[in-house]
Amino acid sequence: MKWKKSLFLLGLAAVTSYFAIACTGNSSSNTSPTTTPTTAASETTELVVYSGRNQSLVGPVIQKFENQTGTNVQVRYGDTAELAATIQEEGKNSPADVFFAQDAGALGALQKVGQSAKLPQALLNKVDAQYRSPQGEWIGVTGRVRAVDYNTTLVKPAELPQSIFAFTEPKWKDKIGWAPTNGSFQAFVTALRVSQGESKAKQWLEGIQANNPKVFPNNVSIVEALSRGEIAVGFVNHYYLEEFKQEDPKIPVAHYYTGDVGSLVNVAGVAILNSAPHRQLAEQFVTFMLGEEAQKYYATETLEYPLVSGISPASGLKPLDQIKQPKIELSNLNDLSGTLQLLQESGIL
Amino acid sequence: MGFPWKGRRSFSRAPLFLVLPAAVSAIAILLPLTYLVLRTAGVGLEELWTLLSRPRTVAVFINSAVMAAAVTFFSVLIALPLAFLTVRTDLPWRRFWLITTTLPLAVPSYVGSFTLIATFGPRGSLVQLLLAPLGVEELPSLYGWPGVILAITLFTYPYLLLSVRAGLQGIDPAVEEAARSLGRSPQSTFFHVTLPQLNPSLIAGGLLVALYSLRDFGTPSLMRFDSFTRVIFQQYKSSFDRNLAAALALLLVGLLLLILWLEYRVRSRAAYYSYRSTVRRPDQQVELGGWKWLALAFCATVSGLSVVLPLGVTLFWLLRGIGTGVLPWNVWLAAVNSAWGAGLAAVVITLFALPIAILSVRFPSPLTTMVERCSYIGFGLPGVVVALSLVFFGANYLPWLYQTLPMLVFAYLVLFLPQAVGAIRSSLLQVNPQLEESARSLGRSPWQTLKEVTLPLVRPGLLSGSVLIFLTAIKELPATLLLAPIGFETLATQIWQATENVAFTDAAAGSLLMLLVSAGPTLVVLSQEHSSHL
Repeated sequence: MKWKKSLFLLGLAAVTSYFAIACTGNSSSNTSPTTTPTTAASETTELVVYSGRNQSLVGPVIQKFENQTGTNVQVRYGDTAELAATIQEEGKNSPADVFFAQDAGALGALQKVGQSAKLPQALLNKVDAQYRSPQGEWIGVTGRVRAVDYNTTLVKPAELPQSIFAFTEPKWKDKIGWAPTNGSFQAFVTALRVSQGESKAKQWLEGIQANNPKVFPNNVSIVEALSRGEIAVGFVNHYYLEEFKQEDPKIPVAHYYTGDVGSLVNVAGVAILNSAPHRQLAEQFVTFMLGEEAQKYYATETLEYPLVSGISPASGLKPLDQIKQPKIELSNLNDLSGTLQLLQESGIL
Repeated sequence: MGFPWKGRRSFSRAPLFLVLPAAVSAIAILLPLTYLVLRTAGVGLEELWTLLSRPRTVAVFINSAVMAAAVTFFSVLIALPLAFLTVRTDLPWRRFWLITTTLPLAVPSYVGSFTLIATFGPRGSLVQLLLAPLGVEELPSLYGWPGVILAITLFTYPYLLLSVRAGLQGIDPAVEEAARSLGRSPQSTFFHVTLPQLNPSLIAGGLLVALYSLRDFGTPSLMRFDSFTRVIFQQYKSSFDRNLAAALALLLVGLLLLILWLEYRVRSRAAYYSYRSTVRRPDQQVELGGWKWLALAFCATVSGLSVVLPLGVTLFWLLRGIGTGVLPWNVWLAAVNSAWGAGLAAVVITLFALPIAILSVRFPSPLTTMVERCSYIGFGLPGVVVALSLVFFGANYLPWLYQTLPMLVFAYLVLFLPQAVGAIRSSLLQVNPQLEESARSLGRSPWQTLKEVTLPLVRPGLLSGSVLIFLTAIKELPATLLLAPIGFETLATQIWQATENVAFTDAAAGSLLMLLVSAGPTLVVLSQEHSSHL
């Protein structure tokens, strides 16, 4: 009984202390982190962004925008697809001004239901037509390229094929690493289906599967395995290796671009909502994201490809216009269900 | 045994202070359902038929039903022996096992599943790397059925354990003594006398386990298992189609209603066994003798997989990355927010659960039964579906409330209400209603009776109910992401951000803090078990 009592007191003490900390901490947190004036008086200087991109990627750029314009930007971070659904549910009453999405498919979905607004032509012109909506309702901010990363001691560049399809040949048996659950990989498979047709896509998946690839949970572990020489080649996004290079410049891994759908460029981009309560600020925000400072930040910090012409990518990266790729409308890459079905039929997922 | 309440009081005589809060809860329960029906109506009939008759949809329905059944079955296999060992035997270090076997409640299932994959995954996992020198290149796959059942069972069996332990302690030892004195063997007494009396606790705990397995998202997605939650999420993600996702969710509601109906059928018969409060005597202790070692091995295996392993892997990630710097300050702020949000939810939801429990036990009527039953639907639905339904109603009809803290707490109410209702209900069933009736006949008003007689008597139920709410609310992710005030970061949202960003050190720090914050309330629950011999 005595033991029970002390257990109870211990637990109770813990719980009450959370509350005590929470009450004090909460009241101070309301005032401390906001650097800008109180929200009530800031009707014109407050902007609401729904971001499907991670805080560690875009947080610092948004901070820069806040500092330079004196705007108070409220960001709701979440999953891109869930935020797209949220905006649709909110309808005209959405508090959001800007939607910052991880992929073009989600932006295309908003455009389809008529919730995004046409962007000013001057802004659209900053980015190659390939990386923005043909209707002008969303625009790419950064690009990520699908690459074949290879271990430089195990593979010579000359051995690498001109097409992603060649990796189904038996010479690549037991040498490939991939991450079939990864979103970017699945976007690539969708592009494969859209550009080459279902049967060729299936052929490719089954061909790779027959080569007994090592399955990884994500791109990072593929690059890690490449650096240890556990696999010879891996299908990844370009920026993971760039991150490794910053820690270890001598890492024995390099990029290769097949020059077909295997080097698909996908984008993260923004749209302004039709219902945006702060339309002008929203345009200012998009302008900033396409401005030199933000684009340079992405190039050097997140190691993505800046999409505005005239800004070069991180040193050592092949410029975007030199990477050959098929013409694919990115907002058409939203039929993921067909891709998942194909992956399941092929016994990969 | 048992008191036939029916006919003694009618619902029309229920006091207003019970009916009004219950009405609020009833509305809360109806909102997601209304939303799902509205959205499903947006799907064309033909499209709806294609979706429903698709082999994959049928497979998902069967997958989910079988998964819920299997997880419940295996949870019983774990919880029943554990409850018996920790209550009725001379198991060595019993207090230690009592605590460690309850702690998995504090481990978020996505953290737990992640650690299981890191340890037992087919390739590149800890075990595979250890066995690699022996030429083992690939372990049997954990993904799919084995992984999903193992992971959900390991992290939800404590619901059953808590409920069975309470049941075991509520049994009047006189009944078992009578059986023994009439010549029954201990085994026969257990199976024919003890076990039937545990039925209500097994059913109540089993229901929570079954519904939790259906609502869980982290485990099916990590284990690549097509349950409703994963497929509904894929529907949002793959075609951005809310209507088809809602149609699938409505199908899930069908499965939930089926389970609730089954439980109701079994429970109504089992209600006969509800116990009266008697003078407590120490339970008889079984001496384990040589079985002690087997019992210890069992406890150690379960705790090893469900507590030590997640803790160990988390610590490993944390220590591996500790060189990179001190914890970012916002982890502490997130911990404060988590405790604040979940604590507020625990208090508010318990207050709303109390009237439902009292109404369903003391004023039974088809209406009160229906409200009590239907409160379980929100608990069985994926968080994202409930969250989107509240996004829809909040943004369009209550914009002043939308994305505020009260709104978030309301979302938690829809999601977690039945955990508190269940706990209070079982406490109340053990209270003799004649105590309340005496108070009334001595001139106390209904309000005074509630305050002075009922509340003190159901205190254990109130406490354990609110703690269960705290433990689940602190882990909640989708509703928190969509409905919290902007910038209100919790440990759950931070762990999610960190894993999205493959920042395992941060994720580990968040998980560890969450475990610490959750451990306190778990101790409170344990201390509320009214056993006399500990």
